[in-house]
Amino acid sequence: MTAKPEVVLEARNITKRFPGVVANENVSLKLHRGEVLALLGENGAGKTTLMNILYGLYHQDSGEVLIRGEPVRISSPSESIKRGIGMVHQHFMLVPVFTVAENIILGAETGRGPFLDLNVARQRIRELSQRYHLDVDPDAYVKDLSVGQQQRVEIIKALYRNADILILDEPTAVLTPQETEELFAIIRTLTARGASVIFISHKLKEVLAIADQIMVLRRGRVVGETTPREATERSLAEMMVGRSVMLEVEKGEAHPGAPVLTLENVTVLDDRGQQVVNGVSLEVHAGEILGIAGVQGNGQTELVEAITGLRPVHSGRVRINGRDVTNASPRRISETGCAHVPEDRQEDGLVLTYTVADNLVLNTYYAPPFAHGIVRDERAILDHANRLIERYDVRTPSALTLVSALSGGNKQKVIIARELSREGRLLIAAQPTRGIDVGSIEFIHHQIIAERDRGAAVLLVSAELDEIMALSDRIAVMYHGRIATTLPAASATREELGLLMAGAQPSNAAQEPVTDGRAVVNVQRRGV
Amino acid sequence: MQITDTLARPSAARIPWLTIGVWGGLAILVLVAYVRAPQATTAVLTSTIRQSTPIILGALAGIMCERSGVINIGIEGMMLICAFLGFLFNVWTGDLILATMGALLVGAAVGAFHALMSITLKVDQIIAGTVINILAVGLTGYFYQQGLTTRGKFSPVSIPVLADIPIIGPVFFSNPPITYASLILIVVIHVLLFRTAWGLRTRAVGEHPAAADTVGIAVNRVRYINVIIGGMLAGLAGAFLTLESVGSFERNMTNGRGFVSLAVMIFGKWTPFGAWGGSLLFGFANAMQSQIQFLKNQLPSWLAWIGDLPPQFIGMLPYVLTIAVLAGFVGRARPPAAIGKVYEKE
Repeated sequence: MTAKPEVVLEARNITKRFPGVVANENVSLKLHRGEVLALLGENGAGKTTLMNILYGLYHQDSGEVLIRGEPVRISSPSESIKRGIGMVHQHFMLVPVFTVAENIILGAETGRGPFLDLNVARQRIRELSQRYHLDVDPDAYVKDLSVGQQQRVEIIKALYRNADILILDEPTAVLTPQETEELFAIIRTLTARGASVIFISHKLKEVLAIADQIMVLRRGRVVGETTPREATERSLAEMMVGRSVMLEVEKGEAHPGAPVLTLENVTVLDDRGQQVVNGVSLEVHAGEILGIAGVQGNGQTELVEAITGLRPVHSGRVRINGRDVTNASPRRISETGCAHVPEDRQEDGLVLTYTVADNLVLNTYYAPPFAHGIVRDERAILDHANRLIERYDVRTPSALTLVSALSGGNKQKVIIARELSREGRLLIAAQPTRGIDVGSIEFIHHQIIAERDRGAAVLLVSAELDEIMALSDRIAVMYHGRIATTLPAASATREELGLLMAGAQPSNAAQEPVTDGRAVVNVQRRGV
Repeated sequence: MQITDTLARPSAARIPWLTIGVWGGLAILVLVAYVRAPQATTAVLTSTIRQSTPIILGALAGIMCERSGVINIGIEGMMLICAFLGFLFNVWTGDLILATMGALLVGAAVGAFHALMSITLKVDQIIAGTVINILAVGLTGYFYQQGLTTRGKFSPVSIPVLADIPIIGPVFFSNPPITYASLILIVVIHVLLFRTAWGLRTRAVGEHPAAADTVGIAVNRVRYINVIIGGMLAGLAGAFLTLESVGSFERNMTNGRGFVSLAVMIFGKWTPFGAWGGSLLFGFANAMQSQIQFLKNQLPSWLAWIGDLPPQFIGMLPYVLTIAVLAGFVGRARPPAAIGKVYEKE
């Protein structure tokens, strides 16, 4: 390549401050036509802020944006749409009770006068679907679509508005590995036809696979620009975190003992009364980590809630240490020595308006040494807090700071400290490292493995396949409320797990020759 | 998933057998009743329409607000204020049309006030509605002077030819103007919500405001306009009471109709035609209540015991029916997802 193609989007020295934080400081970027620019950074590095500025949802405090060389002031999404920028948000911006067509035309309606005419829209949607291989039915309701399909609707929505600059914000966070492959194929088609893509991610493998240019952000600043050819996972991780990191988790052999948690044919209903866990049976032994992999929304959340007593078990039995705790109260379950790191730390893990010290005794405040009768022992609570803060490396100004003031990683450490310090026999950890910094992830991973080595049984639920593969001794894959099979972690491959996550039958997955992305995609379609 | 389907697209292609069955059965019942007692039947049906008019107008007001994501429990108060001021305008100008326009304007103003509180000032929307209800009772009670007289009220306008059809004629085509307007408005609002770009945007804002925002729709503007339209509809309901139904004002004359409107809106799953069904039910119960008191002596022998009931019990009928219907249906109704939540960007 001698002459670079034209620059379609450029940001110069963007600075954006929020009260108390600088989200972006002197950030500049250049996006060329037909190129995929990956924006890599941890949560809170300022990636989304930068994109929201380009999309007109926020305003920069200083700096300028140029589209095709022309300085522009983007004050609203409608203006950025007009200039050909389309954004696929991390949380999809689709109305679930509308059809695909209705969602796509929203805000850019077609019709005679004030009346809607969906036929024109359907026609264009079909054209776009064919042109870019984005298969969706314009008349399907969005709530009935899979996450991957919803993402396609979002992409068509942008193309429908003639976007040729696409911003994809963490697009693979909710996809199976196969769906990710499909998305990459779509991105390649898009760029081949002249569109330019900004791909935001914190996943190193994906960035290396899809990007032409890579820009790394840390704490709101650009800390490096590179290309996949020059970079490795390790070098990218170091840039992202600012120091050398261990990508692999070191762990020794597991020494499984007696079963601690036993589930027999457990079924659970969701809030709408639909059965979302359909007869799950499994055993978690002392001294092992059982990982439950699966795309979000396949019943994992409800299963964990049912085990920990937060949601009724509809049928089936839950035993901990041989004691039947089916539909027992959360406190009783907790007192059997079951530690729970809940999926939603803000909502279920912490009381945000309490201090760190109070949050550290949420499950033991009523018993000695923290209470004598109905009177709290403040001294004991504070001593306990200071001990745990030290031992679990919680970065907080003091034990009496409100927990809401801590960063995501430190909030999670407060929960880990509270749950693990009791040295129970069972640990249930749901999405233990979601959305936290790499340093805290490393720390929490080590703690989970230490729990196992101490002899506790660990049930790990995570949507991050890498995490499941790194930590687990055995892996169960959950799909549509069922666990198809449990594999030993040592022999499980990403491809195999990906197929199971998409609903393929275990025997199928083993037999199918998985040679390249295409074959994988076909199998997955059949499975769904 | 039937319910949400109906919400998103009330006129889906499938044939609504249940609806056809219910209405067919009702039509047969009406015919039978008409053959047995023509005058009483016509009277009950005419009265049903009259009684349901303020209810459906109130329910339409609620639908416009809530479809865009703003709870409006102040419909009762909006109706009362507009009934009162509509009446005063009539006293001052002696012109019913001008008085109705006045009531609509006042409704728009109260709607704007509700929007200001609920959207801009971010007051809890239930509280904002309660403020309007309390203000309405207090203000109208304070300013009301006994002895004000007007030059009358709207009288029925018969539509030639159509008005001569038995049953249907007197019930639908011999009504005063606001009643006609309410019937037309049911269709207009249905089309507005489900067949126009504005309606699509309104529903999007009520379901997922962030999605609407990211495609360039001004969420709060859409909400303001819908709440103001809702206020005007509540205003028309108020105008109906003083300018068409009674002809004068009485303290607290809305008598819970605004709240019944809300019940009916939920019963109708936030759709105009569904709400109309609910309003007719309430109107019918009300009409029966007055007719029973009227016809005590003509009841067939096996129904004579009804005539012996204390009138208070029969007066309860519409409200008991409302409670029964709501208890039976409300559990399955799904309100717009973003209802009651102020939209803030991050």
